[in-house]
Amino acid sequence: MSDKVIIIKAKSRIQLIDWREIWEYRELFLVFAWRDIKVRYKQTILGAGWALLQPLFSMFIFTIFFGNFAKIPSDALPYPLFVLIGLIFWGFFSGTLSAASGSLIANESIVKKAYFPREILPLSTIGTNLIDFSISFIMLLLVAVYFQVIPNILALLIIPLGIIIGALGAGGLGLLLSAFNIKYRDVRHALPFFIQMMIFLSPVIYPSSIMRPSFRYLIALNPMAGVIEAVRIVFSGGTSVNWITLAISGTSSILLFIIGYYYFKSTERFFADIV
Amino acid sequence: MMKPIIEVSHLSKKYKYGESQPYYTLRDALVNFIKTPASLLSKKQSSLKKNEFWALKDVSFKLNQGDVLGILGPNGSGKSTLLKILSRITFPTEGSAMLRGTVGSLLEVGTGFQQELTGRDNIYLNGAILGMKKSDITKKFDEIVNFSGVEKFIDTPVKHYSSGMYMRLAFSVAAHLDSRILIVDEVLAVGDAEFQKKCLGKMESVSKNEGRTVLFVSHNMMAVKRLCQKGILLKNGKMEAEGSIESVISKYAEVADVSKKFIPIKIPRIGVTINKISINKKEKGKVYPGKPLKISIELSAQKKVENIGLQIMISSDATEGRIFSTNTKTMKNIDVVLKKGKNHFTCDIHQFNLCSGKYKLGIAMDKPFVELYYNEADLFYFDVLETILEPALLPTLPAYGRVYMDHEWTIE
Repeated sequence: MSDKVIIIKAKSRIQLIDWREIWEYRELFLVFAWRDIKVRYKQTILGAGWALLQPLFSMFIFTIFFGNFAKIPSDALPYPLFVLIGLIFWGFFSGTLSAASGSLIANESIVKKAYFPREILPLSTIGTNLIDFSISFIMLLLVAVYFQVIPNILALLIIPLGIIIGALGAGGLGLLLSAFNIKYRDVRHALPFFIQMMIFLSPVIYPSSIMRPSFRYLIALNPMAGVIEAVRIVFSGGTSVNWITLAISGTSSILLFIIGYYYFKSTERFFADIV
Repeated sequence: MMKPIIEVSHLSKKYKYGESQPYYTLRDALVNFIKTPASLLSKKQSSLKKNEFWALKDVSFKLNQGDVLGILGPNGSGKSTLLKILSRITFPTEGSAMLRGTVGSLLEVGTGFQQELTGRDNIYLNGAILGMKKSDITKKFDEIVNFSGVEKFIDTPVKHYSSGMYMRLAFSVAAHLDSRILIVDEVLAVGDAEFQKKCLGKMESVSKNEGRTVLFVSHNMMAVKRLCQKGILLKNGKMEAEGSIESVISKYAEVADVSKKFIPIKIPRIGVTINKISINKKEKGKVYPGKPLKISIELSAQKKVENIGLQIMISSDATEGRIFSTNTKTMKNIDVVLKKGKNHFTCDIHQFNLCSGKYKLGIAMDKPFVELYYNEADLFYFDVLETILEPALLPTLPAYGRVYMDHEWTIE
């Protein structure tokens, strides 16, 4: 039997991340994600079809109003495909963010009664949303086929990179907000509003090419801004990815992850007492 | 020489009063900060500020491999806090503990059970939350299902289970935990008597045959006596006694006393709080054999609650089993509706026919025939005093038996 020794002591201000323990509990990531997926579409007729319908409906509405009426430019892509890329990537980010932020509260009874590395709860929502993302991504490919758009080979690099940036950004912000949410339920009121506003601060319905370059760099602090922009370029067959904005978005997401994780670890000792 | 498996030294935990508020808002924090701007600067010390209390204070003990420790104490004495600290769910304010080996905690049956999922899914979910590996669960899956006795319904969502089946399945998963140290809170009080016996047997084999170290909280003295060799007694967060389980149990009977302040009991599921329980208030809590016994219970409900049963249980510390229970619905067929706010229940026993000695009073609340919301057989102890029942010549000593029955002699 392993001679594992557990030492319990009075609080030290900050807990280091125990990678070995997280590795030991790796299965729990999958179990939580699997549970959320199973529960989410129980007693629905369409089931996972909702992961297709939501972006599809938004695509139609946005195409009619912003593409046709407002005549918002869409660079080299047909507007429906253009807006769908934005919606799907933004949906992955915002879906993860809102699920992660509420994860500790939603699992209050588990937090109070069982021990496991707490970060698994918010971080496992990345997995859940990745499944939804994959389903809608297949639809995106079908739409691309319909419009006879052939992505550049660079897409094989940019798309995984975009997912990683989105996961780090949403995961980090989610860690921060989930810990904050335990103490201050203001998050519950502020977050839906914040997410709604953020969609306009991301180039989802408009191309970032309509912005001044300096403003483009500022917007790129939003991790999805650089990602959506780059994905659209490679989707339309181009190679002229704006590496600077992508780098800004990438750095921003890494910073968000570090800050979020730090705040999470520095408050986690009190979760079970306050929640 | 073998090192102790568990070493607990000077463990203390401080809590704040008035956290009854469901949660803070940012505004509350700002208000607090404006009121006491120094609060951010001052370092927490081992002294208490007003509105703080020690849920646990200076608790120390050691356990060797294979020891089974019973943790006793009245409600609010710090038992659960101690288990939560040792399970690493919450952390101590002072002191430390060292545990040599993997820890499995069973603070609740069915932690994380998901109503929508099937029994099969929930076994994997609950097992993973308790720290089991998927491969281990798969290996033990049949054993778990057999133990629970719900084979037929294993692919049915647990929301369709009866509460008994639910509890059986939940306990079965937990009983198959493989850790070296097992921490068990009051979880044996589930299911029917037969299943309880089965659980107890399982616990026994876990500790005796497998040489695992167990910490065990229960109000069921028979279970404690059967399972544990050692015991500690907590009261108001402090250790009152330590030693052999027999000595600690008898000490506990002295401590858990009706005259002490009653700590309100919350039943969050139905938004009900038991504020006060008193017996023979007019007589200042004195109870005599053959005389009336009046039990008064004050509840407050956050909102109207329909279809509820209130049950009173009386049992003896000296003998096994319950002596008397009454339930508003199942015994008296009263349809109780709790109104919002305070509700008063009074149970008049016209003649309390138990002989002198120590007895326990318990309360349960249920949705009659459907669901048990709360069940605590051991809320407090009360004494039935010795008296001389006219025209007897000797007092009602326990030696004469447990029950006094009204009777007449005929001599021909």
